[in-house]
Amino acid sequence: MKHNRWLPYYLIAPSLLFMGAFFLYPFLQIFAEAFTNSDGGVGLGNFSRIISDFNFWPSLTNTLLLTGVVVPVQLVMAIGMALMVTKMNKGRDSILYIWTIPLGISDLAAGIIWLAILEQFGFLNSFMSAVNLIDAPTSWLNYQNAFALFLAVVVAEIWRGTAIVLVILVSGMGLIPKEYDEAGQVFGASYWQRLWKITLPMLRPSIQSALILRTLLALEVFAVVMMLGGSDMPVLMSETFDWQFLYQQTGAAAAYAVLIMLISVAITGCYLKFLNVPKEAR
Amino acid sequence: MRKTPIALTLMALLGSTPAMADINFFSTQARPLEEAQQMREIALAPYGEAVNYMPQEAGTFLSRLEAEKGSANGALDVLGGLHGELGSLTPAVLAPLDDLMSTLGEQGISEQYLSLGKLGGEQQRYIPWMQATYIMAASRKALPYLPEGADLNALSYDELLAWGRNIEAATGQPKLGFPAGRKGLIHRFLEGYLYPSFTHSVVREFRSEDAVAMWQKFREIWAVTNPRSTAFGFMQEPLLNGEVWVAFDHTARLKDAFNKRPDDFVAFPAPAGPSGRGYMPVVAGLAVPANAPAPDASRKLIQYLMTPEAQIRTLRATNFFPVVATELPDDLPASIRMSGKAVATQSSAEDAVLSLLPSGLGKQSGLFNKIYRDAFVQIVLRDADIHETLDILAPRLQALIDKSGAGCWLPDAPSDGPCPVK
Repeated sequence: MKHNRWLPYYLIAPSLLFMGAFFLYPFLQIFAEAFTNSDGGVGLGNFSRIISDFNFWPSLTNTLLLTGVVVPVQLVMAIGMALMVTKMNKGRDSILYIWTIPLGISDLAAGIIWLAILEQFGFLNSFMSAVNLIDAPTSWLNYQNAFALFLAVVVAEIWRGTAIVLVILVSGMGLIPKEYDEAGQVFGASYWQRLWKITLPMLRPSIQSALILRTLLALEVFAVVMMLGGSDMPVLMSETFDWQFLYQQTGAAAAYAVLIMLISVAITGCYLKFLNVPKEAR
Repeated sequence: MRKTPIALTLMALLGSTPAMADINFFSTQARPLEEAQQMREIALAPYGEAVNYMPQEAGTFLSRLEAEKGSANGALDVLGGLHGELGSLTPAVLAPLDDLMSTLGEQGISEQYLSLGKLGGEQQRYIPWMQATYIMAASRKALPYLPEGADLNALSYDELLAWGRNIEAATGQPKLGFPAGRKGLIHRFLEGYLYPSFTHSVVREFRSEDAVAMWQKFREIWAVTNPRSTAFGFMQEPLLNGEVWVAFDHTARLKDAFNKRPDDFVAFPAPAGPSGRGYMPVVAGLAVPANAPAPDASRKLIQYLMTPEAQIRTLRATNFFPVVATELPDDLPASIRMSGKAVATQSSAEDAVLSLLPSGLGKQSGLFNKIYRDAFVQIVLRDADIHETLDILAPRLQALIDKSGAGCWLPDAPSDGPCPVK
């Protein structure tokens, strides 16, 4: 039986090794890099450097604003979509497949698609001028129109990222025992009452994991913003990329990476605290 | 025992690979798919031996070389990159090529370019390969709006501004264009054209009163510039689709416009300011990694690429002009004829101010460009106070120059030690 006792450890060893080599090691390296000053000493030099940079506050606000707008909208949309899907008897799978198509598209491709729609000679402008809504294709996706840029990124991100939330919620809804809802009906609860008092509370574990996952992804938003906003809309990830590859200052880039991680950890902590899932429901 | 033949075949295959290996040519140049293909078919195919041309973004190019420098057996044979890119590598990454100078010395390569190839040291770290520069291009539709008395081949920044205003007044749209997007080269415009034209300097006079006047002028010019400019990478695209009528860019990035519709566009030199007509030639070089697997094969390929014939082939593929003395044939594409004339007019202009690409900055060259782009974004796009912005940036500029130890380069007067910002 000795053999059997060790089997689970043998089986997880490859993935542990993989995570150690490609996640833990680079992670520690970046941490060390971020806190190493340019003179080799330990300190916060890299952080003061990125904070004094002109693009720091714009990129931080843009990222947090994007996350603050995109994630709640996606959550509401995904709950709505999941409720619809679970009520369907016929064609449920087909609808799910169609809704999750954006999941299979890389974020860079998604950015290119939306740029093709929204740019001056893109589909939206051509359509609007074809039906005489506007006189000539206008370019509104530029730095003078920060709101339009932001809105374009929000729309593209919602299109691209709602499916992941949806998939988690649909599977979560499948786990809620039908008896609770039936009991509610027997006692005469309305649909809204059942939604608020039964479905959503029972769905809390799934909402929690969907929120955590989606928020982390939103904090790392990059390719879509790059395609639509370019340098007009800096975000934390684009600054990280630029400090590493354009300005070749690994320390500063690592400081950005650590900052993104700290924000992610803080927000995840909040979700765990405020969407507290009772132990027995886990 | 049935496994033996398979194992033997495998061993034979593995053993024979090095002998049959292609020459790996790793380059930051000719990156667009089409250009890379032309590089392979036009410039490298006649070489006879198989060359694996691998274009790569500068950031990845540099990271890979730095990462591989410690390994004894490199995989790359020949490197192609801009002066600034090769210069930002740790010098020991590149093998000294002084032995090639005996054969290449008499091909008419400019002394100034050859000394650039030493990257501030004693040994030849790269061989100048090809050159290009930045010029202006305009749609013929814009020509009627040229201000009265302006000569397209000797334009001033005041006249460019008047021209842009005339076009906007007539069409209702700002039609000047600058490559200020993420992939655009506006920092070169600032470093090699605007600053030298207004201050006859790029580092020393960074925050002088002349520089303040320059930024004010550029703000005015920007007011008649298409605001989409902050998304433009290659100006040939907005020129071709009519978003922009008058543009500044690298000759290689205007190429498509000239080739696709040669009759619709004109090429002309960059404008002049109070201090002259600043212009910046771009030099790309060929180098050999210190850990190249077959240094002799690498050198042979470089010698081929430096023959006048291969240089003309490279010109056809990339629109970069030869660095060796040679006659240009008559059957060259429109883009080369058009930009060639503008380049010659620009560099031979009486008021021309030669500006070199930043040199000696090493790893700081990315940050150097950032200073100028930051100044542009803050002053022109975000409307920040000019004095205040330049005063914030000047110490950062000085710090990075001190760190790299780079002395002044043209048009700044030479310095003892790191180039000082006044």
